[in-house]
Amino acid sequence: MVPAREVFRNFPAPLIVAFYLLSALAILVFCYGAWLRIRKYRRGRPAHRTAHLWRRLGGAATSIGSHSTLTKRNVATGVAHFGIFWGFVALFIGTVIIMIDYDMVRLVNPAWRFWRGTFYLWYSITLDVLGAAFVVGLGAMMARRWWVRPGALDYSRPDRAAGSYSRAGYVADDRLFLWLLFWIGLTGYLVEGLRITADRPAFERWSVVGWQVANLFDLAGVTGFANPLHLAGWWVHALLALAFVAYIPYSKAIHMVVDIANLLFKDERAGKRLPAVPEGAEAQGYETLADFTWKELLDLDACTKCGRCHTACPARASGAPLSPRDLILELREHAEATLGGSSWLHETSGREGNGKVAGGVIKAETLWACTTCLACVEACPVGIEHVPLIVQLRRRLVGEGALDANLQGVLEKLGRYGNSFGQSERLRGRWTQGLPFKVKDARKEPVEYLWFVGDYASYDPSLQELTRAVARVFQRLGLDFGILYDGEKNAGNDVRRVGEEGLYQLLVEKNLAVLGKAQFKEIITTDPHSYNTLRFEYPEFGGAFRVRHYTEVLGERLAAGRVPFARRLEGVATYHDPCYLSRYTEVTEAPREILKRLGLMLVEMGRNRANSFCCGAGGGRIWMGDTRTPGIPTPSEQRIREALEIPDVRYFVVACPKDVTMYRDAVKTSGHEGRIEVKELIELIEQVLE
Amino acid sequence: MNIVVPVKMVPDLVEELEVDATGRALDRSFLKLRINEFDEHALEEALLLKAKHGGTVTVLALDTGEVDETLFTCLAKGADRAIKITGQFQDGVSSHAAAAVLARVLGSIPHDLILTGVQAADDRDGQVGILLASTLDLPHVSVVSGVEPAAGGKAVTARQEYAGGIMAELEVDLPAVLGIQAAREAPRYAPVSKVRQVMKTQKLEEVAAPAVEVGAGSTVSRLAKPETGGRAEILEGSPEEVADRLVAILAERGFAKR
Amino acid sequence: MANDIAVVIEHLEGKVADISFEMLGKGRELAKASGGQLLALLLGHGVKGLAAELGCADGVIVSEHETLRHYTPEAHKQALAAILKARAPRVTLVANTAMGMDLAAGLSGSLGWSLCAYCRDARLTDGRLTAVSQIYGGKLLADADVEGPSTILSILAGSFPAEAGKAAGNPRVEEVPPPPLDKPRIRFKRLIQPEAGDVDITRQAVLVSVGRGIQSKDNIPVVEELAQALGGALSASRPIVDQGWLPKTRQVGKSGMTVKPKLYVAVGISGAPEHIEGMRGAELIVAINTDPNAPIFNVAHYGVVSDLFDVIPLLAEKLKASK
Repeated sequence: MVPAREVFRNFPAPLIVAFYLLSALAILVFCYGAWLRIRKYRRGRPAHRTAHLWRRLGGAATSIGSHSTLTKRNVATGVAHFGIFWGFVALFIGTVIIMIDYDMVRLVNPAWRFWRGTFYLWYSITLDVLGAAFVVGLGAMMARRWWVRPGALDYSRPDRAAGSYSRAGYVADDRLFLWLLFWIGLTGYLVEGLRITADRPAFERWSVVGWQVANLFDLAGVTGFANPLHLAGWWVHALLALAFVAYIPYSKAIHMVVDIANLLFKDERAGKRLPAVPEGAEAQGYETLADFTWKELLDLDACTKCGRCHTACPARASGAPLSPRDLILELREHAEATLGGSSWLHETSGREGNGKVAGGVIKAETLWACTTCLACVEACPVGIEHVPLIVQLRRRLVGEGALDANLQGVLEKLGRYGNSFGQSERLRGRWTQGLPFKVKDARKEPVEYLWFVGDYASYDPSLQELTRAVARVFQRLGLDFGILYDGEKNAGNDVRRVGEEGLYQLLVEKNLAVLGKAQFKEIITTDPHSYNTLRFEYPEFGGAFRVRHYTEVLGERLAAGRVPFARRLEGVATYHDPCYLSRYTEVTEAPREILKRLGLMLVEMGRNRANSFCCGAGGGRIWMGDTRTPGIPTPSEQRIREALEIPDVRYFVVACPKDVTMYRDAVKTSGHEGRIEVKELIELIEQVLE
Repeated sequence: MNIVVPVKMVPDLVEELEVDATGRALDRSFLKLRINEFDEHALEEALLLKAKHGGTVTVLALDTGEVDETLFTCLAKGADRAIKITGQFQDGVSSHAAAAVLARVLGSIPHDLILTGVQAADDRDGQVGILLASTLDLPHVSVVSGVEPAAGGKAVTARQEYAGGIMAELEVDLPAVLGIQAAREAPRYAPVSKVRQVMKTQKLEEVAAPAVEVGAGSTVSRLAKPETGGRAEILEGSPEEVADRLVAILAERGFAKR
Repeated sequence: MANDIAVVIEHLEGKVADISFEMLGKGRELAKASGGQLLALLLGHGVKGLAAELGCADGVIVSEHETLRHYTPEAHKQALAAILKARAPRVTLVANTAMGMDLAAGLSGSLGWSLCAYCRDARLTDGRLTAVSQIYGGKLLADADVEGPSTILSILAGSFPAEAGKAAGNPRVEEVPPPPLDKPRIRFKRLIQPEAGDVDITRQAVLVSVGRGIQSKDNIPVVEELAQALGGALSASRPIVDQGWLPKTRQVGKSGMTVKPKLYVAVGISGAPEHIEGMRGAELIVAINTDPNAPIFNVAHYGVVSDLFDVIPLLAEKLKASK
């Protein structure tokens, strides 16, 4: 007997017609819903995400195929979803194969039918195994969601008072999705089992699961009724499947399509390189959804409420009214309400509309709470880009003058003096006075390394000794370096992220004017924030130079070993990756190499490298008033606690000036003075040299 | 209500102020000028009054240098007109002379209410607003921190601040000059992009200053840093050491026990 | 007449302000140098009794009228202008306060007399008058030669010892009715007292004062701890009160309270002249500020150049432990 299967086994003709009619209906409902969604996305502005299309396709195929974004730091869940994904794909392709063979090839020339023989055997075993992965994966997800109940799946919102909203709709959608898929999978096996127990062709041993299900039916004694049960079961399975198809565009199932597109069109520089305001644009930032790009509208639908951004966010973790997840979901609800393409099951809330997105749909305090640490973007498995959206909405708030009073004061100081401390420009180079040598003025003579020092390192009295240490170490290691003295202005990274795009461009212009006249080979910086903007954003304005962090340059010099160490250090040290050095500029190994070379024993905290936990100062937060819930430790206090979990840890090593201030304070305010020392890497380097 | 806000640029006190070689004037080479902070409050109060009760806001300034950006910023904040009064003012102007010039220029500008900063850091010969009012024979009230229209638009209620937190509420017939100490809200922020846009799309009005024969009535013979006769004894050391020292000092004086 | 020195007496609710005595003391000195009389000018309604306190002067000119009962810039200016025009004194001293500002500059404008404001000192030598004004936020002092047969000097509070003006004496009192003012363009409505605070900072022996260096309202409890440890109260500079972080009753300075505690700890206060005016009389002043050039260190007895968050909690702890 040739291995094959009868399609529409035991079907009277009217039932076959009914099936095709219902299929057509389901597909129509699907197409309508899909069209509504596409229409919504088309309302957005252009986004220019199609460059390097082949590279994109390759990249997306690899990451989706391997589920790298899902298994990252969450292996069990990633593997379960891998099973669901590949199982679904296999089952889908399997159904398409039957359709091609039966509805197309058979009508052209029955002799060309291919769904038989060896092909059929391999088909059967593949689908049975992957189908099992599908069902088991779903079961694992159910167990995780309803039994383990991880914090990531807690839908309570930090940006709204409890009771003012209800996410019962979301919970219902989750349930419906899971159970629908699960029952489709399960009924598939039941139907297969019934067919096999009725006919028992020997080749069906290749349907490894179905064969066992058939055995179970035998045990249960239903083999006698197998045929009517099979017909009934087939219909249940078909109706569930068709219902699912129709339901896709009106539910969280949309993520199956949207997320693939979202990963395909992602911007690798999202957040690192923010978009400038288009030339001649009157208003700054996003006022309504019409200002969003199609990719941003797509982002809103991509969210599956997995909660990874929610748990990664330092603002949320310290009681601030911001959850990246809830920002996206709130915008989605708004988009569905105003542009259509809605989900059937919703969040309900007493939303008072004032028509505005920034400061209306999304509260101003939510937008101001963000530190732009990029943990949300990094954690998101489906490529949502939260931070650029937040900045665009902040631009609107700035345009309206709706600023926290402290922030306004700082922006005015930056505008007037070029630094956030409100001190005279002439004092920027004052820190050099404690040095036994003169630091070259890069405006007046050529240097190899132009050291862009940064505001905090230059003006903060408690940090100036560290800046001098950097100069001494540079000198000791023979670097030919110079600084811009009064010519340097704040690089503007955080000014841009606060949403004051005009001031940002003014600072860039001033810096570029001075840099344009100076002669140097590369820029070296000790400030990760400046590093990011100099490297990724200045080129757009005409400033293209090589930029590196001091750890990269010093790492090279120390490795070359030309300067002997007077001593080696001892003890356990942990290294905190600054956000702007890890997630933004991806310099994670150079500082570690240096630490190890110094003799310290490096023990990592749980959250390290791209998963580092922000100190809370970025995105202009260090310039704003506190909006967190009192009683909940600050992000920096939480980080110190994380470090203290390392046995015998002595040093908490950082490589960013703002980190030094934040963590020194955190050690004090959390009452751990004496237990752990906060050290800038440069201090440790200086200790071993000489 | 037509509100006029004369503003002036003053040396930015953030910079070190140096005396020039003559010993009688400021060394203007490293000087940075900024708008008088109280004038910002006056403008804010004017804009808030306009928003609530309608009218126009006109800003005036003598061209003492670096004044263009300030006037554009005032326009960006919402002022309707900005007028630069040109003349030889780069080396500073006495308040009496400034008041005389402003008084003449105001002859052609409708003004119901003149709001100006209560004082400025270089008002050695008095406050411009009050001198201006005297020249125009208008009623004036200084150190005002609350302005509301009254009497059907023919007067305003102003709150004058005295020491000890006491305030007097006065009703002042218009036209009048008020010296603003603090606007009812902090001066608003003018986004840089808005200021730049205003610079591109709007022009400042210019008026040549009429010649005036008014002097300050006194001439500076010497400008110098005050002798800091008493200077604190600075306690050095780590926070721990400093705190100990302070406890000792306080204990000595009976404010603490050792 | 031409050599006389006139002092405009400032008073509120029946109390003569200290600045008036400061001016009388200085006026006496100037009158000696000029060889003229020291005249006190007292305006109001039902204030004749206050003349008894003005013994330092040779004569008190009292101008009383219903329109002068409450201070208004217009009525008072007009009354004073009449007296001054008639007497043409060499120097007229006016307080550099809210009330005095309108009078000083207003009279200068109306009478055409020269004016030096923000005066810390004045000298009359051989008929030449030199006024010393404090300008640019107190960073510079300007000595100026003053022109004219008559001039007005507006004097900053705290420039001269008030005691010198509280001499006993029997000045002759002259009553001069003010010129009629039928339609005053400025009309007094009412006096608003500050909300009764829990604490009268002028009565506290120990004050711990916060300024902009505190950065955020949430940090005030840190300083509150110190105040409690010292058994004192919290006060503040103007910016803190303007932001609403502490009530107006806690404000120390020119438009707040003048305090003379035994101990004044200035935390994160830079020392603008308006603030110093309100606390320079304290017996022991300790200042903590990150800026070594902050003017507060010119009036403080002890200073700490440091971040207040480094020192204050430690200090509070040690004081508590020692109790």
